[in-house]
Amino acid sequence: MKGMCCGSTRGTRNTSTGFADIDTPSSPPSWRPTADVAALIARGQLLADIREFFRRLDVLEVQTPVLMPDTVSEPMIDSIAVLGGGWLQTSPEYAMKRLLAAGAPAIYQLGPVFRAGERGRWHNPEFTLLEWYRPGFDDQQLMQELSSLVDTLLGAAPYRQVRYGDLVARDLSGDAADLSYAQACAALPGRCFVTHFPRSQAALARLHADGETAARFELIVAGVEIANGYHENGDATQLRERFIADNVRRRALDKTEINPDEAFLSANAHGIPSCAGVAVGVDRLLMLQQSNRHIHEVLAFPALD
Amino acid sequence: MATYSTNEFKSGIKVMLEGDPCSILENEYVKPGKGQAFNRVKLRNLKTGRVWERTFKSGDSLDGADVMEAEMEYLYNDGEFYHFMKTDGSFEQFAASENLVADAKEWLREQDKFQVILWNDQPISIAAPNFVELEVVRCDPGLKGDTATGASKPATLSSGAVVRVPLFVNEGDVLRVDTRNKEYVNRVR
Repeated sequence: MKGMCCGSTRGTRNTSTGFADIDTPSSPPSWRPTADVAALIARGQLLADIREFFRRLDVLEVQTPVLMPDTVSEPMIDSIAVLGGGWLQTSPEYAMKRLLAAGAPAIYQLGPVFRAGERGRWHNPEFTLLEWYRPGFDDQQLMQELSSLVDTLLGAAPYRQVRYGDLVARDLSGDAADLSYAQACAALPGRCFVTHFPRSQAALARLHADGETAARFELIVAGVEIANGYHENGDATQLRERFIADNVRRRALDKTEINPDEAFLSANAHGIPSCAGVAVGVDRLLMLQQSNRHIHEVLAFPALD
Repeated sequence: MATYSTNEFKSGIKVMLEGDPCSILENEYVKPGKGQAFNRVKLRNLKTGRVWERTFKSGDSLDGADVMEAEMEYLYNDGEFYHFMKTDGSFEQFAASENLVADAKEWLREQDKFQVILWNDQPISIAAPNFVELEVVRCDPGLKGDTATGASKPATLSSGAVVRVPLFVNEGDVLRVDTRNKEYVNRVR
């Protein structure tokens, strides 16, 4: 008689949601989601609101594979290899750009991405990314559109822009620069776009006229990185050089080298329309909206240790 | 001794940092989307009790510290050292200097039990229990019936500590006291 043992407590009403709930005050059994029912409902609503936002703007939802034969070469992003071949995607960027090269209009994608080893209050190895591309937009126009999405989801608020160079001392580089940047961002109040990243930190972005800084931006909300965007660089030669440089760095760090994604490079050689694109961390938006302390509170089943 | 990598840093893990044994309190993973990952770690220096905050590159590691906590009974003071004995049946004894017992000194009563932190088998910290029950050896006479005015008076306990107590307390009473804030809790008998 499976299930009889817990029959006595079954049926306790959770009044806030109206869902039947089993009342177990101490050490919940492992089958339970770490997000409560209210958080599941908030997530469903957030996803619906995002889709409604893009429906109104006539941006097309697309689906590209979570499992693909190639992956990003970024030295500080570790992809998860799949037994039997291929990689879980860390972002749908390369696949979506291939759609743009094939003539797709403005497109967005909302789905799971994977990054090995990223665990913490704001990180889970699997998380939900919203990514969209706007042919004809530049970085400033896309920042505008992102602001209006964030206003829709979190309520309206003012946005500031600061330059990367105002946050990180010019003479810092490498890990010291990353640390300084992370600390500066954590201290940024309100909603703030960081712009004008040094060219070394903007793999896939166009350069500004100064030749030194790139058209990359990040959105920081209440000290948390929410989005990263570019006025995209579609120069296949530069992108190939980037793959090579990344692999040099990877060798130095004792990391697996990543084969250049030839399909992605060919799509760039064929030609990607001038566009801007941005990736947004959906779980973090939900945490900010719901005032959660830990990402586990908004995930049904986080990757536990 | 084992080493611990940043992803194994959990509350309660004991590590060596700058020559001192420390206990990890908090570990926050920080990573810019495309940048190096870090761990912002809070640790308590077990020798000084101070809380340190340090940032490590993710994947860095620290040596574990040979730290153990043991319950010990206070035996006596020989004028220079304070002597304690393990309560695990080993009868193993340890001598602690005056500055080591500093915080616990006014609560020391022979045969009472204390939490002692040992590093490389040497005591480095001695903590009184959160609550102790001690007899009043000196205070002004009690005022009968006064249980509600909230007024207080000083009382000296058998360990030497002086705490504020309600007016009805008498010499010879046994009181339960919170050692963390030196507050009277209640009269035991």
